[in-house]
Amino acid sequence: MEGNAASMRETLFDQGYLDEQFIQLEELQDDANPNFVEDVVKVFYTDSARLIRNIEAEMGKHPIDFEKLDDAMHRFKGSSSGIGAKKVKNECTQFQDYCKEGNAEGCFRAFQVVKQEHETLKRKLDTYFQVFF
Amino acid sequence: MMMTMENNNGFSSPRSDAFPAGLRVLVVDDDPTWLKILEKMLKKCSYEVTTCGLAREALNLLRERKDGFDIVISDVNMPDMDGFKLLEHVGLEMDLPVIMMSVDGETSRVMKGVQHGACDYLLKPIRMKELRNIWQHVLRKRIHEVRDIEFHEGIDEIYMTRNGSDKSEDRHLPSGTDPISGKKRKDVDNKHDDRECNDPSSVKKVRVVWAVDLHQKFVKAVNQIGFDKVGPKKILDLMGVPWLTRENVASHLQKYRLYLGRLQKEKELTASFGGMKQSDITSKEPNGNHCLQNSVNKQCDLTSGNHGTQGNKTILQNVDFKMHEGDMKCIAPMPMAEPKKAMNGDNSDPQKSSNKKMGVNHSFGQLGSDLQYATTVPKQYSWNEECSETQMNRECKPHFRPKSVFNALPLTTLPQNIQLDYIRPRLPLNSRPSSLERDNKLAEADMMPAYMKSRSQGIGQLSPAECKADRFPVQPGSKSTNVQGLKSIPSAVWSMNNHSLDQILGGCSESEDTSLNMTCGTEFASWDGNLQCGSLQGDFQPLNVGPETVESFNYGNPELTSEVPTFSYDSLKFDFEYPFDSMEYPVIDQGLFIT
Repeated sequence: MEGNAASMRETLFDQGYLDEQFIQLEELQDDANPNFVEDVVKVFYTDSARLIRNIEAEMGKHPIDFEKLDDAMHRFKGSSSGIGAKKVKNECTQFQDYCKEGNAEGCFRAFQVVKQEHETLKRKLDTYFQVFF
Repeated sequence: MMMTMENNNGFSSPRSDAFPAGLRVLVVDDDPTWLKILEKMLKKCSYEVTTCGLAREALNLLRERKDGFDIVISDVNMPDMDGFKLLEHVGLEMDLPVIMMSVDGETSRVMKGVQHGACDYLLKPIRMKELRNIWQHVLRKRIHEVRDIEFHEGIDEIYMTRNGSDKSEDRHLPSGTDPISGKKRKDVDNKHDDRECNDPSSVKKVRVVWAVDLHQKFVKAVNQIGFDKVGPKKILDLMGVPWLTRENVASHLQKYRLYLGRLQKEKELTASFGGMKQSDITSKEPNGNHCLQNSVNKQCDLTSGNHGTQGNKTILQNVDFKMHEGDMKCIAPMPMAEPKKAMNGDNSDPQKSSNKKMGVNHSFGQLGSDLQYATTVPKQYSWNEECSETQMNRECKPHFRPKSVFNALPLTTLPQNIQLDYIRPRLPLNSRPSSLERDNKLAEADMMPAYMKSRSQGIGQLSPAECKADRFPVQPGSKSTNVQGLKSIPSAVWSMNNHSLDQILGGCSESEDTSLNMTCGTEFASWDGNLQCGSLQGDFQPLNVGPETVESFNYGNPELTSEVPTFSYDSLKFDFEYPFDSMEYPVIDQGLFIT
C-alpha cells in the first residue's frame, strides 16, 4: 500500500470514522474480487441515498410516525454497519434515541449530523480509494 | 475449514465428502450492501451462495428448487414480508434450517426468532467466522432427522409387535410370523434403511415431492392402518404408489410427527410468552397466511361459520407442515365442491361449533381423502410458488388449488386420534401408568360425564381436571355402534404416542379449556354421516374404540410414554388453543374419517 494510502487509512481508523468491519471487508478482498472493499462502499453509498430519502419522507409526515421513522433509520444504520461506518452509526443511534422519546426536534437535529457524517466519510473514502490505486 | 463427513460422523456420500464445502446457502436481505458482503463471506467459506433481495422471491426460489438449498440466512427486517414469517414458511414448507440476522440484538427479538424456529440469530455486523460454522446447523438437523426416523420406526415396530402379541391373531404382522421374529425381521429392514439414512445426503435424496394427492394417500393409509400401528411399510403397501419407497414414507411420516410436535411447541411457547407471537402474527396477517400463529388466532373465525376462509387458513397452517416436503400440488377442484357443501350444512349445525376443536385434526394434515370440507384453504395455502401470502387462491395456478389442497390436506383425523391418544398415554404418565384396560374402564366411567359436560360448552372438552390418568377419554366400545365408522380407523392415531403428539396436545392453550383432543375426535365422528359416530353429540364416542381394540393401543406402553418427555400433563391444558380450535370444520370432520 502506498504510504499515503496507508496513513490515510490509519487516520480513518484513529479518528473513529471506521471500525473493524472495514477490516473484515479488506480481508474478504482477494484475487477473485480485487476491488471488493471499494465495490461494497459503492453499493452502500448508492443504496444509502435511497434510505436517506426514506427517512426524510418519514420526517416530513404530520404527525410523525416515530416507529416507522425508527425503522427507516434502523435500516440505514444496519447498512452503515456493513462498511464499518463508525461515526455514522453512532449518530444513527443518537437519532434513534430521539425517536424513542418521540422528540421530533431532536430527530431533525440528529439527522443533520447523520447526513454530515455520511458525506464526510464518503469524501474520505473516495480519496482513499483514489490514492490507493 | 473443510471437514469431511467421515471425520465427523462416519457419514459418507459423494456430496458430503467435501462437506461443508459446497453447502448451498440462500441469503435473503433487502440491504444490497449486506447482501454483497454476505455473499462474499459465504463464498470464502466455499459455500454455494444464492442471494435474494426479497422474502417472496426467496420463497419462490425455495419452492422452485426443492432440495436446492441446505440452509437459509435471512434478515429479520424485510420490507415485503416479516422475516419471522418467512422463517416459519421455510421451516414448514421446506424444513430447512434458517438463520436470522439483524442489527438489533434485543433479547425479545432474538427470542422471537427462536420461537419461530430460527436455528441461530446473528447480529450485524456479522463476522465471517460466524458464517463458517453454519454448516453445523445443517448437519445437526440431518442427524436429528435420521434419529427421528429411526426412533419412530422403532416405535412403530413396538406398536406393531405389541398389537400382534396382544391380539391372539397376528393381525398386524405377516402371517405366520410371531411378534418376536416379525419384529426382528423388521429390525433388519430398518437397519438397512437406517444405514442409508445415516448419510445426511441420502436422507435428502429420499425426499420426494409430497404433492397433495400423494399426501392424501399417505394420510388415508395412515388412517386405515391406525396411527398406533402405522409403519412405513404398511403405509407404503396401502398407498399403492409404485415408485414410492419405504424410506420416502418413513421420512414423510417422521416429518409429519415432527410437524405436530413443532406445532405443539409453538403453542406452548406462544402461550407462555403471552401470545406475543400471536399478536404479531395476527396483526400482520389479517388473512392468516401461513403463519402458524395466525392459525391459532384465527381459529375462532371458523366457528362462526366463516369457515370458508378462516377455516382454510387454519388448516393451511397445519397443513403447511406437511406440505413443505414437496410442492403441494393442488388437486382437482372437484373435491372441493363437496366439502364446501358439507361445510355449509354443517355450519348450521350447532354442533359444528364444537368442531372447533376438530381443527386440530386438520392441522395434521392428514388428508382425509375425501375431505369434504372445502375449506378454503386456498387462502392459506401459500406454499405454492404462486400463492403469495395474500391471496393464494387466485394466484395459485397450476399448482395450487387451495380448495382441493385443502381437501386433501391435513384434515386428517389424526388430531383426533392424537387426542385420544394423548389422553391415554399421557394419563399414565402423569398419574399412574395403569393398564389400558383399567384406564379405559375408568375413562369410560368418567369420560362420559366429563365429556358431556364439556360438550355443553360447545365443544366436547374435558376439563383439565377431568383429564386424569384414570379418565380415559376414549371409551372403547361405549357406543360401539356409533363408532363403527371409526372402527375402521384402527385406533390410528390414538396412538400418537410420540412426543409430537404430546406436544400437540400439550399445546392446548386457553381457548375453552376443553380437551380439544377428545372433543375433536368425537365431534368429528358425529358430523360425518359416514363416520357412524353419530352419537358424538354430547356423547363421547370414542372413536371406534372397542374393547378389543383398546389393547392395541398400548397406551400403557411404557416405552412410548417414556419417550414422550415433553408430554406433561400439566402442560396439557385442555384449553389449548389449537389452530383449528375455532375452526369449524364440519366439513372437515366428515372428511377426516375416510374409511
